[in-house]
Amino acid sequence: MPAAAAAVAVALAGAGSSWALGLAGGSLVAGVIGWVAVGRRYESWGYAERKDDLLIRRGVLFARLSVVPYGRMQFIDVSAGPLERAFGLATVRLHTAAAATDARIPGLERGEAARLRDRLAELGEAQAAGL
Amino acid sequence: MSTGTPDGWHRLHPLSPVVRGGRATIAIGILLLPILFSGGRVTDAVPQLAIIGVLALGGFVSWLVTRWRIEDDDLRVETGLLRRQSLRFPLAQVQAIDVVRPGLARMFRVAELRLRMAGASGATARLAYVAENEVEPLRDRLLALARGARLHEGLPAGDAELARPPERVLATVATGPLVASILLERGWLVLVLVGLLSGLVVSPHTAAALIGGGGFIWAISIVTVLWRRFNQQFHLTVAEGHDGLHLRGGLVALTAEVIRPGRVQAVRLVEPVLWRPLGWCRLEADLAGRQRGKGEGEAQRGQLRTLLPVAKRTLALELVDRLVPDRPSELSPPPRRVRWKSPLRYRVLRWGRSDTCVATVSGRLRRVTCWVPLEKAQSLRHVQGPVQRRLRLASVHVDTAGKAVHATLRDRDAGEAAQALVELTDLARAARRRAAAA
Repeated sequence: MPAAAAAVAVALAGAGSSWALGLAGGSLVAGVIGWVAVGRRYESWGYAERKDDLLIRRGVLFARLSVVPYGRMQFIDVSAGPLERAFGLATVRLHTAAAATDARIPGLERGEAARLRDRLAELGEAQAAGL
Repeated sequence: MSTGTPDGWHRLHPLSPVVRGGRATIAIGILLLPILFSGGRVTDAVPQLAIIGVLALGGFVSWLVTRWRIEDDDLRVETGLLRRQSLRFPLAQVQAIDVVRPGLARMFRVAELRLRMAGASGATARLAYVAENEVEPLRDRLLALARGARLHEGLPAGDAELARPPERVLATVATGPLVASILLERGWLVLVLVGLLSGLVVSPHTAAALIGGGGFIWAISIVTVLWRRFNQQFHLTVAEGHDGLHLRGGLVALTAEVIRPGRVQAVRLVEPVLWRPLGWCRLEADLAGRQRGKGEGEAQRGQLRTLLPVAKRTLALELVDRLVPDRPSELSPPPRRVRWKSPLRYRVLRWGRSDTCVATVSGRLRRVTCWVPLEKAQSLRHVQGPVQRRLRLASVHVDTAGKAVHATLRDRDAGEAAQALVELTDLARAARRRAAAA
């Protein structure tokens, strides 16, 4: 998104008229703000494997921290959209019986995603608890 | 069992598809009416007749291919034309046999037999439908066989279980308060309805406009909503049995259900704003387990079941104690600065915990109190929004299976919330261990 904004800025600056220059400035500012926002959002993501549960942290404006016990995981899915595939990334998502649980870890390297999936499946099986 | 064949296979009652169709049957009736009364030629109604024909054929085929028999210690049910299914229910695992009679079934004098099986799956064998006069003998025979099967396998005969020991009735809903409570809770719907109807009475011209403009449909749908509640909750009775709470009731469709304590994921007590002067409340429980609804194969993860449609608070709390042992007695209010963020909720918000249970109170106009046993907590979430950050507040969510009930420690002091997250994580882990060990 920031990259697109920068491209628009350059294109408009090339056009040369005064309103185009104004727009170019605006989109440049938007690009910088976007860049910072994306950076902060990236920083906000984090996860930690603990003994009995997985911690997942995310969000800048709304900071969320989820605790998902391994025994409560029903299944784990790994997905990779076209953009993620192009960069060799994948998203790991955990599902519990609760619809409100939103535990996902995006942007993992393919290998790390596979390792995490296997590790979580193993731990989930060892600690599985009924409803 | 008049439909038996020499090799012991029985068919269900021939009217089964009609009863099972339920609404479809009624719809067919409505489709037929104009054909019968219009007096026009039959050829005008070919599309309707074709639809009816297809539905009738489908029902007939499903009846034709479904059969059941008792094999040694099992009940075997075979069904399905294209996808043939053969189900085997070991009678030794039968916990109880219920007789269910929906409205249409009562009209056609048939009944459904439900065999509740033991085990984690909690599967239910259904024989829908059997002729009314055959139901009781069949039920007794199956129970006797179940007892015999237990003896075979060296299990305790479980006479006490199967013979339905007397249960203790805890509460029955009276009709007056039920009607009053439904009207009060859906106050605005009732207002709209009264408005529509008085419009009809006052001026027939506007009435015609209303009917043309869909006002009539609105009125019907409002009545339907109110009626459905009434029909489901009419004379709802809660009784304590050996295996949990027994729930029975209904006006047109009678239902009966057993709620085992372990199935309860969360309990909530709802007090709509107009009920509060009367001291009334409604008690609902979120139940886990895949359950088949009326429609075939309709699987759900969690279900909200009304235990007490309307009751005094003390009675409801008594029932909560049976469902959630050791509920927290003291609930603490949020910090004063929450007034700026949630002025309406501020007076209501509370939370508390014991070693096994979390309780939260929330709501703007209607007050909702939730209890979640910690061993049922699925995941915990700590959330802090931008306004909360400014006020040094945070919320902690305790997620349970199902969508309906959800305990939220809303707008607590940030430090308290962080500490609560840690404590609840530990307590939930301990509760899970205890539950697994038991």
